[in-house]
Amino acid sequence: MTSTIDASTSDPVAASVSARSYGENFYWLLNVRLIIGLTIVMVLAVGSFILPLFNTVDPAAQATYWKNLPVSWEHLLGTNALGQDIFWFLVYAIRNSLMLGFVVALGVTIISTIIGLSAGYIGGAFERVVMLFVDTFITIPLLPVLIILGAVIRGNSNFLTVGFIIIIFGWAWGARTVRSMALTLREREFINMARFSGANTMDILMREIFPYVSAYLLVGFINTVLFAINTEATLAVIGLSKVEIPTLGSIIFWALSYNALFTGNYVWIVAPIVATVTLFVGLFLTSTGFNAAFASKRGVS
Amino acid sequence: MGVVQYIAKRVGLYFAVLFIGLTITFFLPRFMPANPIDGYIGELQSRASGSLTSEAIAELRDNLEQLYGLKGDLFTQYVSFLNRVVLHFDFGPSFAFYPEPVSNIILNALPWTLTLLLTTTVLGWALGNMVGLVAGYFHTRKLATLLEIVGIMIYPIPYYILAVSLIILFAYIIPIFPLSPTFPVGDISLSKIWLIVYNSLLPAMALILAGFGWNILSMKALAVATTEEAYVTYARLKGTSHWTRMVRYVFRNAMLPQVTALALSIGTVFNGALLTEILFSFPGVGLIMRTAASGGDYNVLYGAITVSIVAVATAGLVIDLIYPLLDPRIRHK
Repeated sequence: MTSTIDASTSDPVAASVSARSYGENFYWLLNVRLIIGLTIVMVLAVGSFILPLFNTVDPAAQATYWKNLPVSWEHLLGTNALGQDIFWFLVYAIRNSLMLGFVVALGVTIISTIIGLSAGYIGGAFERVVMLFVDTFITIPLLPVLIILGAVIRGNSNFLTVGFIIIIFGWAWGARTVRSMALTLREREFINMARFSGANTMDILMREIFPYVSAYLLVGFINTVLFAINTEATLAVIGLSKVEIPTLGSIIFWALSYNALFTGNYVWIVAPIVATVTLFVGLFLTSTGFNAAFASKRGVS
Repeated sequence: MGVVQYIAKRVGLYFAVLFIGLTITFFLPRFMPANPIDGYIGELQSRASGSLTSEAIAELRDNLEQLYGLKGDLFTQYVSFLNRVVLHFDFGPSFAFYPEPVSNIILNALPWTLTLLLTTTVLGWALGNMVGLVAGYFHTRKLATLLEIVGIMIYPIPYYILAVSLIILFAYIIPIFPLSPTFPVGDISLSKIWLIVYNSLLPAMALILAGFGWNILSMKALAVATTEEAYVTYARLKGTSHWTRMVRYVFRNAMLPQVTALALSIGTVFNGALLTEILFSFPGVGLIMRTAASGGDYNVLYGAITVSIVAVATAGLVIDLIYPLLDPRIRHK
């Protein structure tokens, strides 16, 4: 930024041209991304957490209302073939999916940070063994594992078991990225400085390396929320999650299994699709927006 | 690092990954709180409305444990599992199609999955990178931003949403494709091949779209960085055409990280293929897994997951072994 200001005083024409083609356009895009993304996510998150306070009916209870009612003031998105209010089911679905995503992302971020940082910083045989496991977990296709586990714990599963399994298989990507960051950090001057000043490994990890990695962690966290919501929803769509609990996947599972389109109840399947796409684009814009903001702050861009 | 070391290291990793993968899939379900045999016996018991005697149940449990390979302590089971799977490719009989061996069922389904997977992965990778390359090379023009926005809109959308939306669009609203596709079995004739290709178009489209967004975004970023390199400027000053610079100078270099990324993401791609098969009733390994999961056919599930891990690990290995051919720097060192 300072160089742009300097240049503009010396040669205003050239500076404004270059700023328009690179700087201004880029900053404009980045801010807009973050703002749009955050707005979408906040509206959906706050809405789906506050609205249930005003609701007294269990959205998953069947035959609460007449079946397949059209859109009206009483039922904002109509009712489905199971006699549930689609709007309230969707609100709870967004809330539950976001909650699961948050819990899983928390677990994954903690595990991958600890493993990635220690592997990258300690190095040696420890690092090689850890990376072997990381590569294995990245290679193992998740869906077959989830299908087999879904079949074993069928019926006895609860919603959190699904989250727990996603954590077990979701930490490897993050650990890989954190480790490569730790590798480059290990060689930096200020790390050696800290070590010569008598700081131990734990101190260096927590005080010197962690602040550097934390910007990435936020972006990684949001991406993991996306991954977790997506994975649970995928399982639910094919009927292998806890489909009785409203999530963005289970609502589509029910709509598909009751042939919502054949019966002409388009809202039942289109509404969750629109909600999911909005939420995912919002989360994605937030994560890339943060990423770009951090990059420009560090002076990378 | 020379080519020989590169290959040796990669092959070593391959076997290590296979071993760890098989071990994890063996142990994990056994540490789950539920026992499949209890569930199965409970189901039989309720079907017989509780008329099974305890001796009959004990005998049943014994037989089932024998059949599932659940006899003896965990270590004995593990050794016999590795012995059967690795040396004999034997997963025991299927329960739903007793006494058909699981290996037969899977070997019949595997060509379907592999054909769908290979075609769509290659096509999707090539198309996505082409669009990304154009968007990155001409990144100063307005149209390039439009291409990037397409990538941003497609990339975060969950795969199941893409697939369901395609079904709604092209099987309900504009009924070009059949809602419940038919895939003929038996001898192959020309008309059958046409039917198979026609029915596979929609699932293939979904899979190609799935990899599209990421490849556009990633390739665009790489191409923008490469376009600014000095050797590209030099090529422009030499008077080479846009096409030559874009393909021979930018693409050849920007492609390398994309190849590595493909090798790493092949597991995700495989997940997409399985899901496609389930959602579009395509007769591959995914559909078999789904049927086996609802029927509690654990031998089939174990067979399918083992084959999945082998397929994904092998695909990653092949891509990594091709890599030295694309990157001369590894060859010449």
